[in-house]
Amino acid sequence: MRQMSAAFLILAIVTMIAACAAMTLRGLVHCALALAVAFAGIGTLYLSLGAQFLGLAQLLVYVGAIAVLIVFVILLTRGGDGDASPLIPTGLPITGIVVATTILALLAWAVFHSFAMHSLGPPATPATVRELGTVLMAEYVLPLEVIGLMLTAALIGAVVVAMKEKQDTQ
Amino acid sequence: MTPLAGCLLVSSMLFAVGLAGALTRRNTILVLVGIELMLNAANLNFVAFWRFGHHAGVSTGVIFGLFSIAVAAAEAAVGLALILAVYRHTKTTDLSLLTGRAQ
Amino acid sequence: MLDQVFVLLKHWLLGYSPAAIQPEVSILLTILPILLVFPVLFALTTVLERKGLGRIQNRYGPNRVGFYGILQPMADALKSLTKEDIVPASADRAVHFLAPLVLLAVAFLPYAVLPIGRNMIAANLDAGVLFFFAIGAISELSVFMAGWSSRNKYSLLGAMRAVAQMISYEVPLLLSSIAVIMAAGSLNTVEIVNKQAGFSGIFPHWYVLTPWGFAGFVLFMIAATAETNRSPFDLPEGESEIIAGYYLEYSGFKFALFFLGEYLGMFAISGLGITLFLGGWGAPLPFLTWVPSWIWFFAKLLGLIIGFIWVRGTLPRLRMDQLMNFAWKFMLPMALVVVVSAGAWRFLPQGVTRWLVSTLLLAVAYALLARGVETRNKIAKRTYRFAE
Repeated sequence: MRQMSAAFLILAIVTMIAACAAMTLRGLVHCALALAVAFAGIGTLYLSLGAQFLGLAQLLVYVGAIAVLIVFVILLTRGGDGDASPLIPTGLPITGIVVATTILALLAWAVFHSFAMHSLGPPATPATVRELGTVLMAEYVLPLEVIGLMLTAALIGAVVVAMKEKQDTQ
Repeated sequence: MTPLAGCLLVSSMLFAVGLAGALTRRNTILVLVGIELMLNAANLNFVAFWRFGHHAGVSTGVIFGLFSIAVAAAEAAVGLALILAVYRHTKTTDLSLLTGRAQ
Repeated sequence: MLDQVFVLLKHWLLGYSPAAIQPEVSILLTILPILLVFPVLFALTTVLERKGLGRIQNRYGPNRVGFYGILQPMADALKSLTKEDIVPASADRAVHFLAPLVLLAVAFLPYAVLPIGRNMIAANLDAGVLFFFAIGAISELSVFMAGWSSRNKYSLLGAMRAVAQMISYEVPLLLSSIAVIMAAGSLNTVEIVNKQAGFSGIFPHWYVLTPWGFAGFVLFMIAATAETNRSPFDLPEGESEIIAGYYLEYSGFKFALFFLGEYLGMFAISGLGITLFLGGWGAPLPFLTWVPSWIWFFAKLLGLIIGFIWVRGTLPRLRMDQLMNFAWKFMLPMALVVVVSAGAWRFLPQGVTRWLVSTLLLAVAYALLARGVETRNKIAKRTYRFAE
């Protein structure tokens, strides 16, 4: 524990609390705002790990766009006034919590019995923007183009799906 | 407990919380919130291994994380558009009322 | 020597502190001037704005308090501090309390990446411009928090409009900055300023003096006015439109905090415009380089603030649909053409050719788009759109 800095611990705890809050709070908008805090926490974790561009891109895209989009859709579907499902679900939904706990136990066992507990690799090269740009254009140019195409398709698709259909009867 | 193990535990916990929420909550939007949390947990895993893992200085972890963010953004947009369209037809976002509808 | 006076002051003070806590003292000494200077600038701007607007509207501004009204900010501060803090009974207390704090925190952060003078930058980030835009995107969430937590239909409406406007105008803002980033080859603000530091003859190498730079600067400034909800884009907060929009239910000091946050955002984005297009702390003419760099930065900042005040006093407010049309149907294509034009500038050899090609691209695009915007002025039957 002593090898981890206090900053990392605080960030991890804040992100965990925000994520738990995002999944358990009653008001939908509160959930969305807690999710935004969780995203910001994860972005700051990226920054503390040295991935500067990725952390800032996470803040820009997730907190600035996706969280705002979720909030907009909550308000457009009139979820802002009513409240979400009850806190202690009855019947079948307990299975979900059991499954999640099992998976958590499995992953924690895997982490504790792996090489991660003992050794640290060599320090990674700093991923400067220049290097990211070079790598994106040299090695990963095909995924880059495919992502561009996919984002265009998603944009057009989302607009078409959410657009109000023209009324046939006026 | 190395920093790598710490990061992996945090991402595992985030994944479990996201999974629990996605499987449990009745509101469609909260299911999407759970999915986004799971994607973020996987991204954190990538960045942790990029930073602390055993490899010779490649930025693959960061690049993959970047692509993952782009894909998650597109998926969130399309998913929320679908939720809006379903709401327009059925006037509800409650999953327990939506499942079992006429196919 | 005068140029580096603040840096030398900081090193001198640092020498007096014990070695154990020197990193923390260094950070404190870097942040403290930002926390002191920009709120003072905010106070001066409120007076300047009210007197400026008054003169444009053919009246005196405030001139009772102090010499020609210069102590007006003191009176305003006293008033806002002593007003009763009313929170509506049905308001969401936690979010209502947090919204001004989040806005203020997010308003101060972008100053860390602005180079105010030679060697005077708080955080020399590798991806400085991206940091600026990421923090700007976070501020939209605080606007929404303020509007929603008040449980007031007008506040919510104002907040939704403000967020929609901020998201729409973020795209031209980012695209016009991408043109500059492409030309400079870096996201680091210090390096962008250094690239604009030379002189050819009497003209500096500022990006605003190139065709794509000029168009980009105009687009950037229009988008900046819309991002900070200034007139003529202040529909979400206009007094005659929606009372006060998203900060309707705030009184006393929290209202003053919102005001402070809005003006700080205005200064920050003007600072970024200066860094990207106007050459940062560089002098405009080669024989004026003896003037300290930070004086040039603040002089340009003052010029842009006067520009904001002038535009506020002159142009009428835009309607919401006019606003959105303008962003998506005119500014976005124009910003894309600016990026193409910047690319043409970069890859054509120096001389008349690249001036001609760049200007022609921009002029043709502007003519076509402006005509397109004009013909959409049909007065149609009023329809209402809801989600269902």
